[in-house]
Amino acid sequence: MSAPTAPTEDRAPGAPPRGTKESPGRSKRVPLSAIARRRSLTGWTFLIPAAALIVLVNFWPMIQALFLSLQTGRGTRLSWAEPLWLNYQRLFEDETFRLTMSTTFIYLIIQVPIMLILAMVLANLLNAPWLRFKGFWRTAIFLPCAVGLVSYALVFRQIFATDGLANDLLTQFGILDGPVNWLGQTGTARMVIILGLLWRWTGYNMIFFLAALQNIDRSTLEAARVDGANGFKTFWYVTMPQLKPIILLCAILSTNGTLQMFDESYNLTNGGPGNTTMTVSHYLYNVSFRNSPNFGYAAAISYAILIIVAILAAIQLKVGDKRD
Amino acid sequence: MTRTQLRRIPAYLFLSFAVVLSVFPLYFMAVSATNTSNEVVASKLLPGSHLLENFQTLVDSQPLFTALYHSSVNAIATTVLALILCSIAGYAFEIYHSRAKDTVMAILLLAIMIPFAATMIPLFRLFAQLGLVNSTFAVIVPLIATPFLILLFRQASRSFPHEIIEAARLDGLGEVSIFARIYLPTMKPTLAAAGVITFLFSWNNFLWPKVILVDNAYQTLPMLLSNMRAGYVTDYGSLMLAVLIVSVPTMVVFLLLQRSFAEGVTGAIK
Repeated sequence: MSAPTAPTEDRAPGAPPRGTKESPGRSKRVPLSAIARRRSLTGWTFLIPAAALIVLVNFWPMIQALFLSLQTGRGTRLSWAEPLWLNYQRLFEDETFRLTMSTTFIYLIIQVPIMLILAMVLANLLNAPWLRFKGFWRTAIFLPCAVGLVSYALVFRQIFATDGLANDLLTQFGILDGPVNWLGQTGTARMVIILGLLWRWTGYNMIFFLAALQNIDRSTLEAARVDGANGFKTFWYVTMPQLKPIILLCAILSTNGTLQMFDESYNLTNGGPGNTTMTVSHYLYNVSFRNSPNFGYAAAISYAILIIVAILAAIQLKVGDKRD
Repeated sequence: MTRTQLRRIPAYLFLSFAVVLSVFPLYFMAVSATNTSNEVVASKLLPGSHLLENFQTLVDSQPLFTALYHSSVNAIATTVLALILCSIAGYAFEIYHSRAKDTVMAILLLAIMIPFAATMIPLFRLFAQLGLVNSTFAVIVPLIATPFLILLFRQASRSFPHEIIEAARLDGLGEVSIFARIYLPTMKPTLAAAGVITFLFSWNNFLWPKVILVDNAYQTLPMLLSNMRAGYVTDYGSLMLAVLIVSVPTMVVFLLLQRSFAEGVTGAIK
């Protein structure tokens, strides 16, 4: 969420006062009056329910999961692992973990860049002043986001079934000689998942880019044109730098989302064939809640996901900073 | 046609292509809901007359209305509670702004980066210990307070004039009344955006309900769909009808409120 957070930073201690007029009580540096103190207290009572709940359902379980990942045992009978890092050691020897992790990375590396580029192209087209029926194009391209993940996974499963629509259309148009078992082979099954992700999320990212494009200072674009820059140069040197925070936000959110992807893996391919389309979150679910649950080991897997999400976000923030 | 107009043709073609790809799977879903299973397999792309029969088969074979009820209760309760908790928190972070509150907000924002995978198992264990497995409470609690919604409301509060608050205070209005009667009515686009986001997320949420609703008697609509898939349902017409029924409410909410949604997102990005 770096773009929405960005304004937080420009309000860091010592930053100049914000644009809106400050209330008198705040701008005068007098000791807190009884009224001001009571107001501050009111502020805390307003925000504490939400803040406490966020701590309870996010931070507290995250710490619990760390302790859990150092324990072994089945079901509810757990004891400290011997040695403590046993579950993490097991991760490195676990073939299925390695397979599901690399599958997840394949989805990430192929899907996210294609999606962000497509979304950027579409957003720029929709932002063109000469374009007609803007509302129509935007609504239609954004529409897939209104459909649930399980729902679209089942529709794609139907379309790419061996006797499904994709085969019928492609053979009719002479692109294929005969039906392809899309979901029965590793390569094509992964491709179907990537197509599904592109279909579902491109419009979503496009809306964010479009909103950012509409916020760009028009005078900077005018200046570029006066200086004789062509359309592409204007986009690359003037528009892109201003879009950087939002691109970073979308990249981090998409990375985060892909690493946590479960619904598509579970419902579209059910991990098959032979676990080769299974995401790491799907594997985590299976370890946690299938057959005899192993919560300790599952917690270790979840921490691996957490650490990778954090590392990738840090890398993206670093790279995003460098391009200045 | 002038030369500039000619140059715009590829853009329109590209957009049309994108629209066809975006809408086509949905069209296929809607059309298939009206066709027999055999017609779906034969890739019939025109509406048929089998809608009522598909509905009958669906209702006879699946607890559709029970799942619809559970999904509705979960989504509406989540949305209402989320709007109340997050709007008041976002308002407080901005209007009663202080350094300490900024620090708290920065810490809360870190929660966005925590993958749900890392909190799912301890949350499940917590609710299991409290005897709340299969309860509506357990389904909705993890969804009602999110840093993202708080941020959305905080950003929106930024353009709210402080003079109005001061004037209301001079008129003797309490802090809660100022929030509820003066501030909230001006926040309709933000409320709509936050409402759409929360409703869609809750309605479509799959993994957490699947984890915490162990008994299939409490299943939500996405769980019902998933179970139909796992049960190797061979009546594809009624399967597509089920998918359509699950998707219609979210599409309606989305189409009605999409303008507000775009405004809300724009406000948050500013």
